[in-house]
Amino acid sequence: MTDTTKLTMLASQVRRDIIRMVFGVQSGHPGGSLGCVEFFVALYGNIMKHTPKTFKMEGKGQDMFFLSNGHISPVWYSVLARTGYFPVAELATFRKLNSRLQGHPTTHEGLPGIRVASGSLGQGMSVAIGAALAKKIDGDPRWVFALTGDGELDEGQCWEAIMSAAHLKVDNLIVTVDWNGQQIDGPTKEVMDLGNLPAKWKSFGWDVLILENGNNMDDVIAMLRKAKRRTGKGKPVVILMKTHMGYGIDYMVGSYKWHGKSPNQEQYDLAMKQLVKVELGDY
Amino acid sequence: MNINDIISTGTRATREGFGQGLLELGRSNPKVVGLTADLIESLLMQHFKAEFPERFFEIGIAEANMMGIAAGLATAGKIPFTGTFANFSTGRVYDQIRQSIAYSHKNVKICASHAGLTLGEDGATHQILEDIGLMRMMPGMVVINPCDYNQTKAATIAIADYFGPVYLRFGRPAWPIFTPENQKFEIGKALHLADGTDVTIFATGHLVWTSIEAAKELSAQGISCEVINIHTIKPLDEKAVLASVRKTRAVVVAEEHQRNGGLGDAIANLLVQKLPTPMEYVGVNDSFGESGKPAELLEKYGLGKKDVLAAVKNVLERKGK
Repeated sequence: MTDTTKLTMLASQVRRDIIRMVFGVQSGHPGGSLGCVEFFVALYGNIMKHTPKTFKMEGKGQDMFFLSNGHISPVWYSVLARTGYFPVAELATFRKLNSRLQGHPTTHEGLPGIRVASGSLGQGMSVAIGAALAKKIDGDPRWVFALTGDGELDEGQCWEAIMSAAHLKVDNLIVTVDWNGQQIDGPTKEVMDLGNLPAKWKSFGWDVLILENGNNMDDVIAMLRKAKRRTGKGKPVVILMKTHMGYGIDYMVGSYKWHGKSPNQEQYDLAMKQLVKVELGDY
Repeated sequence: MNINDIISTGTRATREGFGQGLLELGRSNPKVVGLTADLIESLLMQHFKAEFPERFFEIGIAEANMMGIAAGLATAGKIPFTGTFANFSTGRVYDQIRQSIAYSHKNVKICASHAGLTLGEDGATHQILEDIGLMRMMPGMVVINPCDYNQTKAATIAIADYFGPVYLRFGRPAWPIFTPENQKFEIGKALHLADGTDVTIFATGHLVWTSIEAAKELSAQGISCEVINIHTIKPLDEKAVLASVRKTRAVVVAEEHQRNGGLGDAIANLLVQKLPTPMEYVGVNDSFGESGKPAELLEKYGLGKKDVLAAVKNVLERKGK
């Protein structure tokens, strides 16, 4: 089996996990989670150097990842569990009382793989910059990755972070924007038009890469590898990654209406029919 | 100690103590890093920056970003000290501190200068009087407000050895120095400055000296004041507070802060549960400040020596009833 086949199978399982987790508690954010499956699977399954079994907060000698748009926790939890950070069975506790899998990711319950709380938007890029600066002080050659939503870019702090990363020459940082064009109240064009996003990042001093299909595993892997090659040249690197919210389930795809809503029983049954079973197996 | 034995050896701003403390810390602890939001010299961070340029980050006028970057540096094992005015260190970035620092239990030291009315002429936009309250409410946050140059320096050095978020508050003006040089600072330990039997004055920050001056005057009038310096507002030294109040049965709390949410409320909260006692507040009464000289402002907003004197007399009257 090729690496991509394995990763594609993992992606199928992660999609099933997302729907089962959200359905199981009738709460959570399936739309953005489904759209970012290929990104998370590629990052944790292929791109990053990391040691899930011996996770350490400081991440010395490791690649580090920060999720700024914390509401897509289902995809992250599934990928963390499936890559060995914690038992897969724990996914069943998502959003329930006494769980380490809080609605939005936190360090508070000590879930391995999480380095900072996120959910209140706009903060993750700043934190990633700090971690990247620490790596520079320590002469640690590994990378810091971060994911942010596109709607999240409405937050002013994002632009503070974007300006400072270029100014401070944080060239060991790779930020990816989930450019799905949707946010809670509707398409980003209608809620708060992002304008010419590539030009904005470029004018702030970043090396800008555009990924046309963020739901194609090969393309995501190739782009993340390319981004790594572009680091170390004095500029932070951003991947503007076009994805489809709700990808994988026909009635969810492309719609902001599934941002933060659980399917009912009928919708759940339909979704599970569309998501192929793979040998990894449901939790 | 007798109140009249407490004397000032000179004046220096508490923020200078921070700058000196940070410099010395930089020499002894390579994990310490400094960040500022365009206020290097206001917080006397230029000394640290000059000696450790690779460990100092100018973030520009972007406090929210600074708090996030500090959280990231802490995640990777550094001990970040952020430096800006108290107003921009708290209210402006409450949510960043809440999520990325406090809830995430990051080892970030939020160092806040120009707190309170004594910032002076810049006026109410910059004179935050709510910061202790904001930071006290934050779960897990340690809140420290030292009283003079020596204590601020000692506190700056001490907080690096404590793992967890700390809010360190200090001020702009030159202020009397009366605590020992090179003292050892212990987080959470109230400092007993003078023994007394009639009333306890709990004070923090600049108003510790004001309270000492008031106590001296009261002593001459035959009123015996116990004066306790509460440099750490959270965690509060409950044992020391209760021990003193059991003896004096009358309390005055003095602070350069709103009455709402500050040290006074912290002590009232304790006393109402464990030892209900007549108590008076010396603090700003639900208002903003304004432009003026520090001494004029303290006088106008009820934070002067005469206000401590009046509060003591009021509480003694209530105690007598």
